Amino acid sequence: MGLGRWIRDKPAFLERAYQVSYATIKWLRPLILKLGFKRASRLILPVERFSKRLLFDCKMCGQCTLHETGMVCPMTCPKHLRNGACGGVRSNGNCEVIPEMRCVWVVAYERAQDMQIFGPEMISIKPPANHTLTNSSAWINKISELDQSAPKGWAEIPHNPVIEKKFLDEDS
Amino acid sequence: MTESYKTMGHLEKILREGKFAVTTELTPPDSANPQEVFDEAAMLANVVDAFNATDGSGAHCHMSSISICSLLTRQSHPMVMQISCRDRNRIAIQGDVLGAAAMGVSNILCISGDDVSAGDQPEAKRVFDFDSIQLLRTIRIMRDKGMFLSGRKLTEAPKVFLGAASNPYMPPYDWRALRLAKKIEAGADFIQSQYCYDVPRLKTFMRQCGDLGLHELVYYLVGVGPLRSEKAAEYMRTRVPGVHIPDEIVDRLGKTPKDRQKEEGKRICVEIIEQVKEIEGVDGVHIMAYKQQELVPEIVEEAGLLPRPLRDNGG
Repeated sequence: MGLGRWIRDKPAFLERAYQVSYATIKWLRPLILKLGFKRASRLILPVERFSKRLLFDCKMCGQCTLHETGMVCPMTCPKHLRNGACGGVRSNGNCEVIPEMRCVWVVAYERAQDMQIFGPEMISIKPPANHTLTNSSAWINKISELDQSAPKGWAEIPHNPVIEKKFLDEDS
Repeated sequence: MTESYKTMGHLEKILREGKFAVTTELTPPDSANPQEVFDEAAMLANVVDAFNATDGSGAHCHMSSISICSLLTRQSHPMVMQISCRDRNRIAIQGDVLGAAAMGVSNILCISGDDVSAGDQPEAKRVFDFDSIQLLRTIRIMRDKGMFLSGRKLTEAPKVFLGAASNPYMPPYDWRALRLAKKIEAGADFIQSQYCYDVPRLKTFMRQCGDLGLHELVYYLVGVGPLRSEKAAEYMRTRVPGVHIPDEIVDRLGKTPKDRQKEEGKRICVEIIEQVKEIEGVDGVHIMAYKQQELVPEIVEEAGLLPRPLRDNGG
């Protein structure tokens, strides 16, 4: 885990790496479509699982939000919060549930400060996890846009105009 | 906040009228006897504007939030039903929201919930299908769009005032005001915060909120509560998740003779209310006096918060 830990402390590098891999996947899209999502998954899933587990202790939720959560996997939070931190954080910044572990969201917030591109995305609200995607490839789900498939009611609510002006406009 | 009323509830009404609100948390009984709930509510009805019915707080099982609401809405008490994400998934929660609104619950407080490990049944399965922010947004979809999260239509939307928690006293400190903004964006109409024992920290946080323009977007009720003794304070700050009690407060209790510590704890609580009342952006207090409910009338009176506005409607 030495390599994993070392690289996790380089959020600025990781967000660039995310950009590159996203571009690569987009570039591979025609090939993946030709293969079909199922077959492409069989090839990609082992690579994705190995690399993301090593780097992020990834839990394979199938809807990766890493770049929007300080390059920290929110599913490593014992409460699986996708919009943390909760109110149970200890005053030393450690987790309520696992006292010897740094709170995932404390780390996420710190790392997001070093991320020029995606750091401000911490403010966006992440929809509830889609548990039918657990153990599937987030990379394939990105291309098929399955990872964008929030429940139908979710998109119905408009932004609060004041909050939108303050955060969402300035950040874009 | 100029839009029309979201509920017929008393709490929303007094907040919108600019009155300083007082809410309290009932101690849920470990009992199947409804009289215990009625008695406590009767004792406190004239000193607070709404009762919170907690949902397995501290991951300890007690009479459930929705059943306490069921008992007390029959007597037209204004209720804040708490929903924690720890024990129920999205299917169960949305059903409870409809049932609560049908019974006359006008306020729902959405919280993530203390982890199962904080309670006496740590071997329980944690659910956390939602987090508090997703829960807020889901109930808002039900209320404002008249549909379940899935998009399926409701024939009548639940008219509820949406509450959320806030804990400015724990890290990541600079993220806390931003997270409040997220909760407002998700749908929070009012906030009931974690216990405040550190007024300077609250002041800093409220200033950050003011700078972000949040004061006008949400009603903020500061959580307060009497500490029973030095030992209780020590227990709370080491064992209860998310509670920050500065050394000065614990020392002050420690310097007080044992038989007068309870009185001193109450005095500290009154002093804190008097201080937070003056902070810009604070719209009320939420008194949490676990198993010391008999102190609440004295606290409200000594803090100069009586008489409470008359209740002219239920819920």
